[in-house]
Amino acid sequence: MAAYNLSVNGKKVKVDVEPDMPLLWVVRDFAGLKGTKFGCGMALCGACTVHVNGQPARSCQTPVSSIGKNDKITTIEGIGDGKLSIIQKAWIEEQVPQCGYCQSGQIMSAVALLKSNASPTDADIDSAMSGNLCRCGTYDRIRKAIHRAAAEMKVSEAGIGKM
Amino acid sequence: MKNIQTSRRDFLKASGLTTFGLALGISGFTKDASLKKITPAVLKLEINPFIIIDTAGNITLVNPRPDMGQGSTQAVPSLLAEELEVNLEKVLIIQSDGKEKYGSQVSGGSSSVRELWLPIRKAGAAAREMLTVTAAKRWNVPVTECHAEDGAVFHKASGKSLTYGELADDASKLEIPSDPKLKDPKDFKIIGKYNKRLDVPDRVTGKAVYGIDVDVPGMVYASIVHSPAIHGKIVSIDDSEAKKIKDVLQVIKTERTMPHRTSEAVAVIATNWWAAVKGKKALVVKWDNGNFEKTVDTAGYFAETYEAAKKQGINYEEKGDFTAKYAAAKEKLETQYETPFLAHAPIEPENAVAHVKDDGSVEIWAPVQGPDWTIRDVCAYMKIKPEQVKVNVTLLGGAFGRKAYHDFVLEACHISKEIKKPVKVIWTREDDITQGPYRPGMLSHMQGFVEDGKITGYHHHAIGESILGQVFKGLKEDEADSWIGEEISTGNTKYHFAAASKVSWTHVKTDIPIVWWRSVYASNFGWGQECFIDELAHLAKKDPLKARLEILPDERFRKVLETLAEKAGWDEKLAKGTGKGLAVFKSFNSISACCITVSRKDQGVKIDKVVSVIDCGYYVNPDNVKAQTEGNIVMGLTAAIKDGITFTNGACNQSNYHQYNIMRLNEMPAIEIHIVDSGSAPGGVGEPGLPPVAPALGNAVFAATGKRMRKLPFDIANLG
Repeated sequence: MAAYNLSVNGKKVKVDVEPDMPLLWVVRDFAGLKGTKFGCGMALCGACTVHVNGQPARSCQTPVSSIGKNDKITTIEGIGDGKLSIIQKAWIEEQVPQCGYCQSGQIMSAVALLKSNASPTDADIDSAMSGNLCRCGTYDRIRKAIHRAAAEMKVSEAGIGKM
Repeated sequence: MKNIQTSRRDFLKASGLTTFGLALGISGFTKDASLKKITPAVLKLEINPFIIIDTAGNITLVNPRPDMGQGSTQAVPSLLAEELEVNLEKVLIIQSDGKEKYGSQVSGGSSSVRELWLPIRKAGAAAREMLTVTAAKRWNVPVTECHAEDGAVFHKASGKSLTYGELADDASKLEIPSDPKLKDPKDFKIIGKYNKRLDVPDRVTGKAVYGIDVDVPGMVYASIVHSPAIHGKIVSIDDSEAKKIKDVLQVIKTERTMPHRTSEAVAVIATNWWAAVKGKKALVVKWDNGNFEKTVDTAGYFAETYEAAKKQGINYEEKGDFTAKYAAAKEKLETQYETPFLAHAPIEPENAVAHVKDDGSVEIWAPVQGPDWTIRDVCAYMKIKPEQVKVNVTLLGGAFGRKAYHDFVLEACHISKEIKKPVKVIWTREDDITQGPYRPGMLSHMQGFVEDGKITGYHHHAIGESILGQVFKGLKEDEADSWIGEEISTGNTKYHFAAASKVSWTHVKTDIPIVWWRSVYASNFGWGQECFIDELAHLAKKDPLKARLEILPDERFRKVLETLAEKAGWDEKLAKGTGKGLAVFKSFNSISACCITVSRKDQGVKIDKVVSVIDCGYYVNPDNVKAQTEGNIVMGLTAAIKDGITFTNGACNQSNYHQYNIMRLNEMPAIEIHIVDSGSAPGGVGEPGLPPVAPALGNAVFAATGKRMRKLPFDIANLG
């Protein structure tokens, strides 16, 4: 066991866990943030996607010991600053989710995409989003929602920073 | 919005996750403390089992169909709210708990709207009538002068109105009318209209609560080592390394109880699931697979199905003397179409929390498709009475049929009883892929002939394992699986073969566990039927659409196909190397047709576009019909071109999404969905879009390349 001081969604979280415990289970069962999901345990499905310093990471394959003291972890609960973000609103407008289980991971991947590329093409979306599986088959709406969010960001004062 | 979300969270916490969805405009419905704080001495009145109105005017609708993504959280309450004259946004929706008073509560068979269309609307109409009568009495005016609207009853002439809350107490004392007047569909305000699903915001913010998210006080975690050959017996367990893992509490023998058979298993219990999984990996279990190395084997199973195709089966129906006419026919075809075993692979794996208490009662928190079935299964397994079981249904992170099979719930019950603690069992993805139950792999043996350019003779011989037989009751030697018969008989397909037709069955058994998978057998036999009709059309030198229309007198089928032809531009000239294929299938009382366009690319083809048409009769939300059909296209294509499940000598050859691939976003073709408004009785929506997808693709591949695919799955990048 080892103690880790993590920064999750801007809050300090102290956990005492085994060093090899994946960040996924630390976030879910020790930080109590259940929005990040378990799907495969092999970084194949993307349901567990979180951000580490703004970069998407598969938390099921990220040992807690690999997280540095100054690393900032963001989960689905940390998106949008307490309000619905532009991207979440786009997801609602397009009525993307069916069961919704994979959508935390989808949204985390999409946020990372839009932060690095405010006007993604279909090809950009393909490469950023194809690591996230959806068994309900909502891919067409995910693509539309990303385009919608990109368009919204352009006219929004909040812009990308508030996403 | 923020306050609402906060109150919803409190509510979920208070009610032990029995509820989800739309706790809008209400705070702490079942939490006595907060309820008292807001509305002292509030009286909750059950107008009928599905409607609870308290004297503060809060309205609760009970949804008797768990939501696995198919939209029942909106669809079912919409039926009720439409007739009750309440705005969905003001209503709390709770999930039924499996109790008998709610009747059948299984989300399956695309049944939610089609089965509840009348009973739930009647429940709403009955409550509306009781509330209206109560108001009329109080005002001493004729009931015909009163009308209900937006949660209140109005008397137009006097300008008086009373809210449902003000009327609920007296209304609840009335007899429930058995035959209340239902609204005319032309007056519908909610049904048939586009409405956003109110459960969506929770699903994009991480707030939605699935089974895997449940925590109960004192809970421990379990990971389970299952038999690789499904039914093997344990020879030895070496848990010395497993027990050294930090946070592992104990290792116990447990069991996996399927409907037809119980298998031995080993559980690693830990204070967190990661430790339990590490313990599982460190555990050494030796198995005696016995004969299961032979009977849990897909190559052996399919070899038997092809042998069976050489013999006559049991007839579901025979019109004309097919055998004699086929023998005499000049232009005929005989071939086989194969579909593989498939895993459901919902992204949320099987999981359940069970607490077997000291008094023998059991509480379950789980993502199950049928709370009533869960009670039934838990009672049978634990030998207790229904009143000793409490089932808290969470949201389901996908299910597709898998979570109406409760082996994982019973595992949690067994372990909790043994260790005397509440326990959360979570299957690994490897458990999910390697353990089943699966959609059965099946064979369609097809024979047919054409005369004077028309398809006039047809025989579909369905061969394989039976869900009814394996899961439910066994099949007698001379008994055919009736579910399959219903699916592929001409009474359902509506094809009319002028000379002769036959539909038959042969049972081939396997010990690979099977169960329904989205669209059940329609997903197997639609492949054989619709590709073979295409083959016969080509034999008759007819356009596949025209050949179908010649033998399809049914008006609804014709309308669906004609709509598809128009929307998909069936008659347009195609570029060289491009082909279109179509297929139509009726399942769950809805007719769906699909047209797929492919173009040649290297050694295979690329899927350019999928157009799907569905006639599902009356529906609640057109956008949800489209969403479900989009899902069916993706799942249908995945079943056609990704991976099947295979077993060799009692071991599954696939274990996770790298070997059991499902379609990804970059593989999506353009899709288009059209609804035919037939005004017929409601049909299913969650499944009927799937069966025509694979055959439409197979037929498109033939059109583009001249290569006839007869075995699923196939590699579209390399057609061989």
